Amino acid sequence: MTMADAIERFVPDGSTVAMGTALEPLIPFAAGHEMIRQGRRDLELVGPISDALFDQLIGAGCVRRVTAAWVGNVSEGLGHCYRRACEQGVPAALEVHDHSNFSISLALWAAAWNVPSLPTRSLLGSDILRTNPNLSVGFGLVHVGAVRPDVAAIHVQRADAMGRAHVWGPLGITEEAGLAADKVIITCEELADSGVILSDPNRILLPETKVVAVVHEPGGAHPSPVQGHFKRDHAFYRDYAEQSRSEDGFASWLKRWVLDVPDRASYLQGLDIESLRIQHHKYSAPADFGDD
Amino acid sequence: MTEAPYTAQELMVAVAAREIQDGDIVFVGMRLPILAYAVALETHAPNARGLFEVGLMRDRPAEAYLGTMGDPPNVAGAVWATRMSNTMAVMAQGKVDLGFIGGAEVDRFGNLNTSYVGDPTQPAVKLPGSGGGADIAILSGRWVTLMDHEKRRLVDRASFITSPGHGDGSRGWRERNGLLGGGPVAIITTLCVFRFPEGGGEAYVDTVHPGHTLDEVREQTGWSVKLAKEVSETAPPTEAELSAIRKRDRITKD
Repeated sequence: MTMADAIERFVPDGSTVAMGTALEPLIPFAAGHEMIRQGRRDLELVGPISDALFDQLIGAGCVRRVTAAWVGNVSEGLGHCYRRACEQGVPAALEVHDHSNFSISLALWAAAWNVPSLPTRSLLGSDILRTNPNLSVGFGLVHVGAVRPDVAAIHVQRADAMGRAHVWGPLGITEEAGLAADKVIITCEELADSGVILSDPNRILLPETKVVAVVHEPGGAHPSPVQGHFKRDHAFYRDYAEQSRSEDGFASWLKRWVLDVPDRASYLQGLDIESLRIQHHKYSAPADFGDD
Repeated sequence: MTEAPYTAQELMVAVAAREIQDGDIVFVGMRLPILAYAVALETHAPNARGLFEVGLMRDRPAEAYLGTMGDPPNVAGAVWATRMSNTMAVMAQGKVDLGFIGGAEVDRFGNLNTSYVGDPTQPAVKLPGSGGGADIAILSGRWVTLMDHEKRRLVDRASFITSPGHGDGSRGWRERNGLLGGGPVAIITTLCVFRFPEGGGEAYVDTVHPGHTLDEVREQTGWSVKLAKEVSETAPPTEAELSAIRKRDRITKD
């Protein structure tokens, strides 16, 4: 399926969307940019930290609410669109449900396990309890209300056409986000044969029954890193931070890298993507699944 | 006066590294603490492990430049690559000895604000948020924060407590409120090192960095500072510390 089709069909206006669930790596920028191009409105974005992608969707006016632990630019600091939305209501007012990294994970596990909340000792004594209505205190513990995304967009190294995805490196909150979500869109560097994927079932991220779309989108996580494929494009994050400082700067950034770009392949043509490609591969030892 | 043979940041990294004890599990974070972890391993804590909320444990620092904890060089050579909730499990069990947390504002009781300046419903500044900061503040055994020493950052009372330190400063505040770990033990700034009394309370100036004075500290702090019985000079970075830091020069410059 193409990215345009996947977003058109599975991410309508008003959706609750989990993205960037592996924290800094594997951020599905291509999926987010397609949401911007299709003019999505009233989204609720769910994630742990967001390294620039949530800032871009907020600046583009797609977002009604953010449910996250952190929104900004990890190597550069503040998210300027996020600030403008929260401080000035530009381009639109934004509702924020603050979390910590642990509590957003628990909120998704609660939804994954189909219970109303999960308890933790974390957040005791934090003012986050005052600003997020989905957190409550009882019996000396914080009860983190379930957050159930309509859809999770997850970028992985490889997947087959059935939606069985192999992903490696740190996973952040990807598993709970995928399990909690009603639907999962997989975007992948490599569309692999099922034989390759099924040779290592332990590495399959989610049940194939969750996955509604597989989009073969090489470079779909740029500028975030993909283990074994791409380094992080630090300079791109820096340029974004500088340009997004002003509304006009953000508008021209968005035009250049999203609105005037029909798809990911065209986007990549504007970059020296080869300079980011990982050159020295380090393969793990194969696991023996012998059964007879 | 001759110029110090090291930068303020290098001194802060060396002081932070000394907070790491051999065998500690350290919730590392980014930037200066990553360097401090590398220095501690090379100088006095070869068996310290680094835990990263992205879902990684390491027993040595990455060999290449990191823009974030999730960069490929931090993953290759990890001793554990996993999901975030598993790293939180280690911390929730009280097994993380030391954490590092950054912040925009710290107050006299070590409470950190990384969320809102001003009224949260109409903030003057919206900061990025907790990330894992609140979790580390509440669940790690002890923690340290590093900060530029400016009056707008070292405030009397944080207007919003994202990551609780010693709360209202009363003895035993953390225990009474169910917080697991011992809370902040030090604030390392560009001018001095604050420490806290056992069992919680208010930060006091323990050492002042070479080339700086208590008057400067007083001037740049948003409350009337308490002092240790004897305020001494911060020990400058040793040769070994400096060489470990400078080996990772690119990270310092970030």
